[in-house]
Amino acid sequence: MSAALQPAAPAPTATTVTGRIDVEHFDFWYGKTQALHDITLSIAPRAVTALIGPSGCGKSTFLRSINRLNELIPGARRSGEIRLDGENIYQKGMDVVTLRQRVGMVFQRWNPFPKSIYDNVAYGPRINAQPNRVDLDAIVESALRRAALWDEVKDRLRDSALALSGGQQQRLCIARALANDPEVLLLDEPASALDPIATQKVEELVYELKRDLTIVIVTHNLQQAARISDRTAFFYLGKLIEMGDTQRLFTSPREERTEAYITGRFG
Amino acid sequence: MSYVMVALTVVAAGLAIVPLVAILGYLIKQGAGALSLEFFTSMPKPVGEAGGGMVNAILGTLILIGIASSVGLPIGIGAGLYLAERGGTRLANLVRFLADVLNGLPSIVMGIFAWEFLVRPIGHFSALAGGAAIGAMMIPLVTRTTEEMVRTVPQSLREAALALGFPRWRTSLQIVLRTALGGIVTGVLVAVARVAGETAPLLFTAFGNQFFSTKLTQPIAALPLQVFVYAISPYDEWHAQAWAGALVLIALILIISVISRFVVRSKHGRAND
Repeated sequence: MSAALQPAAPAPTATTVTGRIDVEHFDFWYGKTQALHDITLSIAPRAVTALIGPSGCGKSTFLRSINRLNELIPGARRSGEIRLDGENIYQKGMDVVTLRQRVGMVFQRWNPFPKSIYDNVAYGPRINAQPNRVDLDAIVESALRRAALWDEVKDRLRDSALALSGGQQQRLCIARALANDPEVLLLDEPASALDPIATQKVEELVYELKRDLTIVIVTHNLQQAARISDRTAFFYLGKLIEMGDTQRLFTSPREERTEAYITGRFG
Repeated sequence: MSYVMVALTVVAAGLAIVPLVAILGYLIKQGAGALSLEFFTSMPKPVGEAGGGMVNAILGTLILIGIASSVGLPIGIGAGLYLAERGGTRLANLVRFLADVLNGLPSIVMGIFAWEFLVRPIGHFSALAGGAAIGAMMIPLVTRTTEEMVRTVPQSLREAALALGFPRWRTSLQIVLRTALGGIVTGVLVAVARVAGETAPLLFTAFGNQFFSTKLTQPIAALPLQVFVYAISPYDEWHAQAWAGALVLIALILIISVISRFVVRSKHGRAND
């Protein structure tokens, strides 16, 4: 990656690995309902961390706390700290806009803007860093390449993004997030609405991207978590039950509830 | 039995369009004779002289629509955006209710109100007062359409923008409003078409003007007013002119409606995923 592709974030060098997340005693409430209880965990950079657990266990809430997308919900409250590279993202003076550039997010249901493929990818850098035109073209191409979409769309960058297939639209959303050059990428069930082939492409992509990104993925698909993640955190009823290396957690879970969930006894 | 039902509804559907067809047909029959290029380019002639046109009234109506839009659109779109994005608050519910009341307000009342606050303090009738009166009538129409259209923008699109680091205001303006733009434009055109034909609120605000005037602080002619004045006059030439004026007015509104339908189709075809 050239220096021109680093519009927002400080350029990561070989010595400083960024994108480390440390969570300490994090609680979250929707009004009177407590959705997260005293979560403490660390997420390693340049690795894939999977969040698993039954519906309503708080894993999506936790994911959305990392880029502070949750605070838009009326009545939302939290306590505790989430630190990104040592800096508490909830401290006073933390710029949410900058935070969300550093922490990109891709949603379960692909949501490209009703605009051209090019504009979708260019939107973030255009708004956030105002690079000149040549830079922008390079950023768009680089982001689409990283999302393994460039070869499929390079001849129709001006076509509507909505004309792409579902899987392509999802990879476009990944490219859109990558164009901001984030340190962290949050994936909220990114493949749950895709067919098996498109799912496989997204999984391969995640594997590629973890070389220079911190990836946190929420998934309902346990096989997927086992396939693509380095570490897995099991959430249940808003609590972190167990976290560890994926292989260890799936083969010899320490908690009974973890074992019950991964063997399919509930969830 | 169901055949009878179908037949009845077909008849009702046919009857529903009878008024429009009859009005249009009769207008064309009565008004087309007086309609010529001269009608669009020249001033009214004194009684007894043949020919003449309504260029002052046509231009006046366009100016009034312009004033009304610059009053009604920013307020209406802004209020609609607020209602859609912050819909749950007490203020929002109050605004929504008042907008509905305003929408049902008889237009003559709007005229009286504008007269009291814009004509009397200034001391004379003006285009501004007339434009403001019909502009105020546009506000509730535009507000409610904007709200409805902005609500159809999926939440996932807002989240996408916010997650990319857009500030909230930018998300509202650049993503939400632009996605809903097709529908909003339609609503705006419907509102314009609706107030373009208003007569009552103009009677004692814009007042009408027999002469050519584009001054915003002076009384200004308007098609519906001119039609009204000519129609109640005792002269046959003026009656013919009134028919022609009514025909032009209807044509104007029809054109706006057709454009709005076209806009809806071209925009909505794309917005649906």
